[in-house]
Formats: sequence, C-alpha cells, structure tokens
Amino acid sequence: MILLKLFWSFFQIGMFSIGGGMAAIPLIQNQVVNLHHWLTLTEFTDLITIAEMTPGPIAINSATFVGIRIAGIPGAIISTVGCIFPSCIIVSLLAWIYFKFKELTLVQGVLSGLRPTIVALIASAGLSIFTLTVWGEDGFSTNPQTINLVSVLLFTMAIFILRKWKPNPIYVMLGSGIVGGAIYLMI
Amino acid sequence: MKNKKNIYTKLFISTFYLSAFTFGGGYVIIPLMKKKFVDDLQWIEDDEMLNLTAIAQSSPGAVAVNAAILLGYRVAGILGALVTILGTVLPPFITLSVISIFYTAFRDNIVVNAVLKGMQAGVAAVIADVVLNLGSNVLKQKDIVSMIIMVGAFIATFFFKINVMYIVLVCGCMGAAKILIQMKKFQKGGDSQ
Repeated sequence: MILLKLFWSFFQIGMFSIGGGMAAIPLIQNQVVNLHHWLTLTEFTDLITIAEMTPGPIAINSATFVGIRIAGIPGAIISTVGCIFPSCIIVSLLAWIYFKFKELTLVQGVLSGLRPTIVALIASAGLSIFTLTVWGEDGFSTNPQTINLVSVLLFTMAIFILRKWKPNPIYVMLGSGIVGGAIYLMI
Repeated sequence: MKNKKNIYTKLFISTFYLSAFTFGGGYVIIPLMKKKFVDDLQWIEDDEMLNLTAIAQSSPGAVAVNAAILLGYRVAGILGALVTILGTVLPPFITLSVISIFYTAFRDNIVVNAVLKGMQAGVAAVIADVVLNLGSNVLKQKDIVSMIIMVGAFIATFFFKINVMYIVLVCGCMGAAKILIQMKKFQKGGDSQ
C-alpha cells in the first residue's frame, strides 16, 4: 500500500513540474512534507541541500531519498519510476509528433522561434549560477568586498581554457572543483 | 546486429557519464549533451539539439530525463529512449541511495563543501562557453526576429522571472507568425523572395 502511495505521489510530482529544477521543489514539499508527513521540514531542507550538491535532477534525487527512507530499495525504485513515468509517455508522444512533422513549414516556424528562446534560457540559468558563485546567496551587490575573488579567478581560468582548447567540459568542472576546493580549504 | 548493440552501449555509457557529472540542474546537462552528441559523436546537428531542448524544456518532468528520452528516441527509437532513461536515472539513484544512509555526515563535510563550491565556478564557465557558441550562431543568421526573441526571452526570464512555459509558448507563436508572414509575402511577390 505504501508503495502505491509513493508511486502516486511522485507520479504527480513528475506530471506537474514543468520547467524542471526549482519548479519541482514546492510540489515535492507539498506531497512529502504537508500531505504524507514522510519527512519533517528540516529533513526536507537537508534533502534540497543534498540534491543541489549531488548530480541529477532534484525530483529524481528526492524520489530516491524519500523512497529509501520510507520503504527501502523497493520504495526508491517505485518512487523513481513514478517520477519519470509521465515524462516517458508525454515526451515519447511529442518526440513521435516532432519527427513526423518537423519538415512542415509551420513547425519549422515554431522551432525557429524556440531556438533563440532556449539560448536565452540557458544564458539566464548560467548568469544565476555565476551570480551565486561570485556574490553568494545574497545575490548581486555593488560593494566590491562581497565579491568572491577565488570564484572570479576560477571562472576566468575555466572560460579561457574552454575557449582556447575546447576540452571536455566535465574535466573543466572537475578541475575547477579540485583547484577551488584546495584553495578554500587553505584559506 | 552487432552495430546496433554498439549504439545502445554507447548511448548508455554516454548518458550515464553525463548524468553523473550534471551538478546544478537540467541546464548543465544540455551543454554536456551538445558536446558529446553534436561535437564528438556527430549523431545530431546543432539546430536539432536546440529543437530537442525546446521540447524537453516545455514538457513535464526533469529536463535532463526529457532530453535523454528525445536523444535516445532520435538515435535508436523507443529502445534507445529506454536505454538513455536508465543511463540518466541510475547515477542520481545510486548516489542518493548511498548518501541517504549517512546524510548528515555528508552535508557537514568541509572537504565536500569546498570542492562543490569550487565546482560552481567551473559550471558557470561551461554554461557561459555554450551560450557564447549558440548565441553567436543566432546572431550570425542576421535575423531580426530571432535576435528580438533571444533578448526578450532573456529579459523575461532573468529579470521578470516569468514562468518558462509562457515564454516558450509566446516565442513559438512568434516563430510561427514570422513564417506565415513570409509565406504570404512569397505568394504575393511570386519569385521575388
């Protein structure tokens, strides 16, 4: 019974979180904390912190975390499946439609409008992360003392390396983590 | 037959590897996917990658999972989609299973925190790099409507925090309107286009 409840809760989370990432947090909180009391609010805040620190989408991370605490490994599997189930159906359908009709002029038009939009959305997400890493949680400020110089240095080095040698981005991210981590631990 | 098996293996390994390194939400995996599938493997083109991202972004669920489904489907049909879903979901599943057992120790570990803080700057740089590449492609087309859409969508999402769904809807309609107007002109002006 508990497995069915987990499945249904995460099915709803997967179904109604459009736009990904942060959009899913209030939905998860509503299901997991308010409705079913599977986690306390403190545990939930911890979960979000951990989800941000580890790879993977927040919804999948939460499904695994909550599932395993409530019903062990089977709970984790059921919750995760519930969470991606709506995506699988809807996206497969859209994929089929897209590949069947993408040559249509009207569809081409819609897509030509969406491509620059996606560039803008990625830019916006990137700028948010940049602000977070340079100024911290409080956001942009004109006071130069709030600037994290280590981050500025790491960012400059990373972007230089990426533009100049075009390496695999994963190595740049890891390298920045190792060099940055070493500097932060020393100061 | 062997060739097909090869594709599935490659799809699984690629998505598993990408997902394992996607810190900080769905937008980070898009640049990594572009690098892997467009630049390295050359299975799809730049424009197609953006089209698939647009669909992934405007569908329900996690962007990374949606993008993986679309890529898998594009390269190897439904079975390909299943393979990429598994590849994308397994890394966070394994990580969180392990962490949920001793999560307070992980959360308060200073080394983990320092490395993750350092990684943030790298993530920002990776995204900036991709934006520079894709953005200059849009500018190169010298299409006024595309430029307006790009700048407008950026302002709408970054400064006004407007729901992404509405932005995608409006911009899709603008693209459709542009094509319809062009077609009307084309019909009127005969071959003068």
